[in-house]
Amino acid sequence: MSYAGGDSGPATAWRNGSPVYDREGTVCVIGAGPSGLTAMKNLREEGFGVDCYERETGVGGAWNWRHDRSPVYASTHLISSKPFTQFPDFPMPDDWPDYPKHTQVLAYLDHYADHFGLRPHIWFGSEVVRVEPAENDRWDVTTRSTGGYGTERTHRYDAVIVANGHNWSPKLPEFEGLDTFKGEVIHASAYKDAAQLRNRKVLVIGAGNTGCDIAVEAAQQAAKCWHSSRRGYWYAPKFALGRPADQVNDLMLHLKLPLKLRQFIGQKTMKSTVGDLTRFGLPAPDHKLYETHPIANSQLVYYLGHGDITPVPDVKLFHRNSVELKDGQEIEPDLVVMATGYQPVFEFLDPNLLAVDANGRPRLALHAFPKRFPTLAVAGLLQPDSGLFPLVHWQTVAFARLLKLRDSAPGKAASLYRKLESEVDKSWTDAKVKDSSRHWFEISHLTYLKALERLIQEARP
Amino acid sequence: MTVSVVRTKEWAFPVPPAKREVVKATPEVDTGKPPVLFVPGFGHGAWVFTEHWLEHTADRGFPAYAMSLRGHGNSAPAPKADMRAYAHDVAQVAASLPSRAVIVGHGAGALATAHALSRYPAKACVLLAPVFGGIGTALRNPFLCLPALFGAGLRLPAGQLFSREVPQNTARAYARRMGRASGKAQRQLLWGRDPEDPVGDPPILVVGSPDDRIVADNAVRRVARRYGGAPLLFPGMGHDLMLDARWREPIDAILDWLDKAN
Repeated sequence: MSYAGGDSGPATAWRNGSPVYDREGTVCVIGAGPSGLTAMKNLREEGFGVDCYERETGVGGAWNWRHDRSPVYASTHLISSKPFTQFPDFPMPDDWPDYPKHTQVLAYLDHYADHFGLRPHIWFGSEVVRVEPAENDRWDVTTRSTGGYGTERTHRYDAVIVANGHNWSPKLPEFEGLDTFKGEVIHASAYKDAAQLRNRKVLVIGAGNTGCDIAVEAAQQAAKCWHSSRRGYWYAPKFALGRPADQVNDLMLHLKLPLKLRQFIGQKTMKSTVGDLTRFGLPAPDHKLYETHPIANSQLVYYLGHGDITPVPDVKLFHRNSVELKDGQEIEPDLVVMATGYQPVFEFLDPNLLAVDANGRPRLALHAFPKRFPTLAVAGLLQPDSGLFPLVHWQTVAFARLLKLRDSAPGKAASLYRKLESEVDKSWTDAKVKDSSRHWFEISHLTYLKALERLIQEARP
Repeated sequence: MTVSVVRTKEWAFPVPPAKREVVKATPEVDTGKPPVLFVPGFGHGAWVFTEHWLEHTADRGFPAYAMSLRGHGNSAPAPKADMRAYAHDVAQVAASLPSRAVIVGHGAGALATAHALSRYPAKACVLLAPVFGGIGTALRNPFLCLPALFGAGLRLPAGQLFSREVPQNTARAYARRMGRASGKAQRQLLWGRDPEDPVGDPPILVVGSPDDRIVADNAVRRVARRYGGAPLLFPGMGHDLMLDARWREPIDAILDWLDKAN
């Protein structure tokens, strides 16, 4: 494979004794998942050249089940329905189901890459080693073949957009006695197929969307399924009133109902459709609707009602042959699935660039724009109450417009950046969100999109 | 340019799917030219383009596609469709093509296309004898439009659609094949919303005829002005340029423009 153009001629600069090849007029995109693809498309639409580095050999990122970092399992379906998932300028086929399967999402992303002619700009099998600031707000990006083979190459770019995803680095909680436990312990990222559960006694830890999906599959396949959750949640059905539930929810937003009223109606609807979950032994939710990341799973409640899932509280510690729960109960699973989520990781960036704190939390305006570095952005670092793709689309449109404005109207661009920097610690959720290790990038899609819309309008030349 | 980011109503009420007719003509060799999608107007189906233009476009190296809006041609019936559903059809077909498409919309199909442009970043767009609606268009043809207001079909007599150069038998046969758009969409021609700005900043060409008896000359100019240009006019032709006796001239001009724009 040949490398991005520009390195055939003589190097124009040097860094630590190595040549740096200038890619003037070009923006570097890190990752060819949904966020990277839409970043490329939107940057090209605004007239920028793009070089995208992708460590895998195909597009789709997390949605490509062939990728070793993909968290996708055989039964993965969308949690938000099509209107909230598709890119706003590239509709999914309308004869697809309301909640397409992961293979369809990948087909959609593949088609997106072909339709907009993105593949020739992607350097597959290349991973980014370092991203370092250079003079004039430019960036030196060092890459090499995935797996650390071959030599490193450094290219200088006008801007960098980080789209490396945040659902690939497993977050494993520490439990006392875990290392002495004789059963099998896996993280949800290693869960690929329901066959892994067949005839086993399974404990699923975590009541996020993945945890609920796996608990449901365990109910169908395993000999026994315990589902451990830290607190009571609102388990939203995927369909309400005969329509995808998120579409009903956005009808309330369309009618501009205030949060309190939406919570009231939402909770009433949940009580009348899902019912009282304490009957099944689940704790009652300790918070109002919209105060935690939404969980959409119609089947969990169904299997609770059939006794195929036994809800249990948080795990206290592991013994050699059993697991002790917070309420003193002891259970004996032979497979423990930790559906405890993922942590965002930017291994190629100096943490200071994104002002990352001790908990791994970067300080970014609109969860995308770091302070002091107007030509650097992070795309898709969001945990929305809807689909991610439209949000990343508009994030990257805003970034492309801001970059363009820096050329055409530097003064105006600078004042926009100043305003952005003042919003670095602002949160974009309607309700106050309960604490969790990922709560800081939780957003309410409408509030967040309104902010982006304003930014895009203001970045008009 | 304004951008519509928040679309809660569209998200809450997605357009229902429909079976759509798409006819295709592939060039003999792949020349790397973008696909061209033809969108017929109200009452018209994909067939109006398959008569002459589709093959001609493919002969000139463009993969050519003609579609029928829902309720038209061989697409599924849709008596309750509105303008948004038609625009949705255009965006759906355009997004299904192998690469970024050039969209050529005719008549009221040009309005559906203009709406679709705010939901799909077309490579380029041609608005052909565009019917953007409004009271003016209706007053020009009061006897056709008044009944349509009360739910009847927009009548499209041969004399209005074609120039005198089309043999009368042919013209009458064409006119007999015309269908009708939904009542709601017809009314929306009068007081529907203006299309939002296009996304992706596509080059837009407006083509018309000063002798079009459906769309007035100044209406064509107004549409062209909205998209920042002057219309390309073909005197002596009727509203249905693609079926007229001199059908070659406009399509060749359009394809020349596309060749130059790329």
